Amino acid sequence: MALQITQSCVNCWACVDVCPNDAIYQDTPHFLIDDGKCTECLGDHSVPQCAAICPIEMAIVDELGEFLNPPGSLTGIPIEKLKEFGLWREAA
Amino acid sequence: MELPVISNTAPAAEGGGCSSSGCGTAPDALGHLPDHIRAKVQDHPCYSEEAHHYFARMHVAVAPACNIQCNYCNRKYDCSNESRPGVVSELLTPDQAIKKVLAVAAEIPQMTVLGIAGPGDPLANPGRTFETFEQLSARAPDIKLCVSTNGLNLPQYVDRIAQHNIDHVTITINCVDPEVGAKIYPWIYWENKRITGVEGARILIEQQQLGLQMLTDRGILVKVNSVLIPGVNDEHLKEVSKIVKAKGAFLHNVMPLIAEPEHGTYYGIMEQPEPTPEMLQDLQDACAGDMAMMRHCRQCRADAVGLLGEDRGDEFTLDKIDVMDVDYEAAMVRRKVVHDEIIEKLDAKRGIVKPKAVGIPEGSRPVLMAVAGKNGVVAEHFGHAKEFLIYEASPEGVRFISHRKTELYCGGMDSCGDGDVVDEGATESLLDRNIRVLEGCEVVLCSKIGYEPWGKLEAAGIAPNGEHAMEPVEDAVMAVYKEIAATGKLLPAAETLKVA
Repeated sequence: MALQITQSCVNCWACVDVCPNDAIYQDTPHFLIDDGKCTECLGDHSVPQCAAICPIEMAIVDELGEFLNPPGSLTGIPIEKLKEFGLWREAA
Repeated sequence: MELPVISNTAPAAEGGGCSSSGCGTAPDALGHLPDHIRAKVQDHPCYSEEAHHYFARMHVAVAPACNIQCNYCNRKYDCSNESRPGVVSELLTPDQAIKKVLAVAAEIPQMTVLGIAGPGDPLANPGRTFETFEQLSARAPDIKLCVSTNGLNLPQYVDRIAQHNIDHVTITINCVDPEVGAKIYPWIYWENKRITGVEGARILIEQQQLGLQMLTDRGILVKVNSVLIPGVNDEHLKEVSKIVKAKGAFLHNVMPLIAEPEHGTYYGIMEQPEPTPEMLQDLQDACAGDMAMMRHCRQCRADAVGLLGEDRGDEFTLDKIDVMDVDYEAAMVRRKVVHDEIIEKLDAKRGIVKPKAVGIPEGSRPVLMAVAGKNGVVAEHFGHAKEFLIYEASPEGVRFISHRKTELYCGGMDSCGDGDVVDEGATESLLDRNIRVLEGCEVVLCSKIGYEPWGKLEAAGIAPNGEHAMEPVEDAVMAVYKEIAATGKLLPAAETLKVA
């Protein structure tokens, strides 16, 4: 089990510093998670740390491709507005 | 070229900074700070309105990560055309940052200040932030270091801040009420969890206030930035100003919200109105009664380089600094010469302010006056003044000269006015001493004065004057100077004879 970073990532480094497994590494065009190291923070924290600090909706997904921070969940911007500004995506 | 001091428009990104020496809306807000604080900020463009005309600053973007979300911020910060906080073009590693700072400092000797201000929160990037500070304090000891933070991680890093000689910290404090905070901060990352709403705001506010207190307890200068968000925290900022002043912040900088839909921020997309310049000015005026207000902020980028109001970042991109060969030891010598020249110039012109002397005969001699002032007005009772501000009035105008400390002799309301406290002898000697402190002055301006000191001052050749209570200091000094001029006492005896 491992999380993944999507193309929504803005390379802000926040997740790198809080990952207990040093599983996140810099790559182009965005950071990636080493699935051999990622434990989804089980045993270390009650929630996956990358997803807890990530400021960008839709940037982290689980193995099923589900967003850990779906559209609108972090900014509070209503979905209609997100759609209006082209900030809405159904899935990764 | 006159640039807007603070306006709603994006800060000017071109041109040569602010060249007018009178660009502030008020006389230098720092003019009456105690000497030790003024010495710390006299070459800091972001703290001293006077200094910002001469000294430059730079920010290095080594701190991308953030631990809170603000509704006026969008973390997609990579944009070269915008000029606002949180926006940068190029993230730097600490090593790249050092290289850039040394290159800029060698090229722009007026650059005295290096700040880390983002684009995230510097204290959410402690490794990169403190490594940069550490290397810089070793290699460029002539550069002042400062850091700007949202305050969430401040308490845990106050000791490291002190250890690295960072003696200027800016905390962005937009509220002291969690209910207000919940409208500004949708979430914070705290103790390994994302915490939303009022609870998140409560923790943030608690940490900000604790951090502020810890910094001022250690003698570190703290400026508080607040973003004025109409309908959200506008009235509330008056309360914020009072509280941060009480905790020892020495300067409050209220900045207008920047919220355009194209920035992709919550406030931008939700069409939250920005304040008008009048709203901003009114609020700054309302807060000004409580503490020194900064009015020359340009809300610059987290990678800005140069004088406030200009950005020379393009001259120092990574590819350009890569081929620069910097001999910093030699640069430091040049820098020192430039800094000394500027400080000398500033000292010489310190306090030359309005009002202009109109109707004073040419050749009138200058007069020194002592003012029991507070917040720029003649506000203090003679016996309560802890210091006198010494002004010189001349045909050129009114000029602030220095502070002179006194020892309080007035024992409070019971003995108010007469200096008639229990220990008569001690009282007399203190009063006498204070009168000696005023040597060279011909007038003392105060809000009130008792009979005993009045008589003693007159005997010492100093005219007490309580006629201008609560008037602006410079106006009062000029008014008194004109009164003296009208008596003809300011012209040399021969002149006077000729006129007669």
